[in-house]
Amino acid sequence: MVSVVYEAPESIQDAVSLLADPQTVSKAMAGGTDLIVQMNQMKSVDEERVVVDLKKIPGMLAVSLSDDELSLGPSVPCAQFTAMADVNAVYPGLIEAAYLIGSTQVQNRASVGGNLCNASPAADSIPVLIVNGAQCVIAGPSGERTVAAEDFVTGVGENCMAKGELLVRITIARPQQKTADAYLRFTPRTEMDIAVAGAGVCVTLDDGGTCTAARVAIGAVAPTALLVPEAGAALVGSKLDDDALEAAADAARAASRPITDRRGTADYRKQVVGVLVKRAARIAGERAGSRG
Amino acid sequence: MAKTHVTTTLNGETTEFLCEPGDTLLQVLRNELGMTGTKEGCGSGDCGACSVTLNGRLVCSCLVLAVEAEGADIGTIEGVGGTDDLSVIQQKFLEHAALQCGICTPGLIIATQTLLEENPDPTEEQARYYLAGNLCRCTGYDKIIRAVLDAAATMRGAA
Repeated sequence: MVSVVYEAPESIQDAVSLLADPQTVSKAMAGGTDLIVQMNQMKSVDEERVVVDLKKIPGMLAVSLSDDELSLGPSVPCAQFTAMADVNAVYPGLIEAAYLIGSTQVQNRASVGGNLCNASPAADSIPVLIVNGAQCVIAGPSGERTVAAEDFVTGVGENCMAKGELLVRITIARPQQKTADAYLRFTPRTEMDIAVAGAGVCVTLDDGGTCTAARVAIGAVAPTALLVPEAGAALVGSKLDDDALEAAADAARAASRPITDRRGTADYRKQVVGVLVKRAARIAGERAGSRG
Repeated sequence: MAKTHVTTTLNGETTEFLCEPGDTLLQVLRNELGMTGTKEGCGSGDCGACSVTLNGRLVCSCLVLAVEAEGADIGTIEGVGGTDDLSVIQQKFLEHAALQCGICTPGLIIATQTLLEENPDPTEEQARYYLAGNLCRCTGYDKIIRAVLDAAATMRGAA
């Protein structure tokens, strides 16, 4: 492992100061389930990493659901988050995705915020954050700024934050009436695996069951999770019938740019991501239809 | 580099140790504290052999920095029961022959303990999902699951 300097600041301001220090290479740590593995793989003990543990900062571990929005501290462990019945009642797709990140052991440490910042192409939380219109609040030396979830990840393992910046909050506005989300992924095993393809869908229906708004995002089929506006547009105006679902699937396949690796070929991923979009849209539609 | 001094509670007893800031909790348990009941399998959070509790929550000790133990409450297999006073879970693992080589067993015992604290009456499916992060390459899991469900029934009856 690299040589580590451990810091556990108790305020966002102190964390930003540590992360902004131009003399050091620093890494923010939430649960550490990705970071510690990555540091272990770096064999050079001559390199130094300042690890800034965020779990002593009160707001990073806070989560609340108000009449207006969900506010999620980036270090809240998935196990704590997925146990929140009130959040599950409003954002079942988001909870589904958070529940899929790793084993029981990993769930007790890993967080949605960490999953987002780690920026894996296959990260389960990202497509469903995107379809819910999640906003990422970033603190830095010159104050706060907000970035939409679909713009947060910029490449494989890369995000939009500059040195000294820190994700401090993820906010999601309360959905409109008759709106619901869903997330599905495909893995060869039923548990403890990484997505070959994933799809998040959020739909809004009118009283007659016609789709009036839809967002579709796909994961593990491009360097970053992708918002696919054409797939959402294919659902709007329909009753989520087979033709509309097929059109959304085709749009998702057209937008995807998958690679071939040992978990699946590019052609296979393209096929599967379309199927997942159809199924997730159907689930989101059923959920939306059952809501007041 | 100066070592970091950490004070923690380990199996109910106040414990102090010195560590490098990059050391994992697993490394300190085994190498500094001589508590070798906790096993290293993969070292990357995939196998669960190094499972311990951190403030009551099941975690992989290979994915926790030892310095994070400061002020925390750690539970390891050494705190569960010994040769003369096996816990119900340990006894059931023996009765059902739910182990062969034994490397995964301490982690499975710890994980079963938190499972049954959180859910005293798990279905087989719930038990299998909860324990999916504990890999066993010997038994094929059936005997483990039978031991877990039997332990759960016994502990409910005793409660």
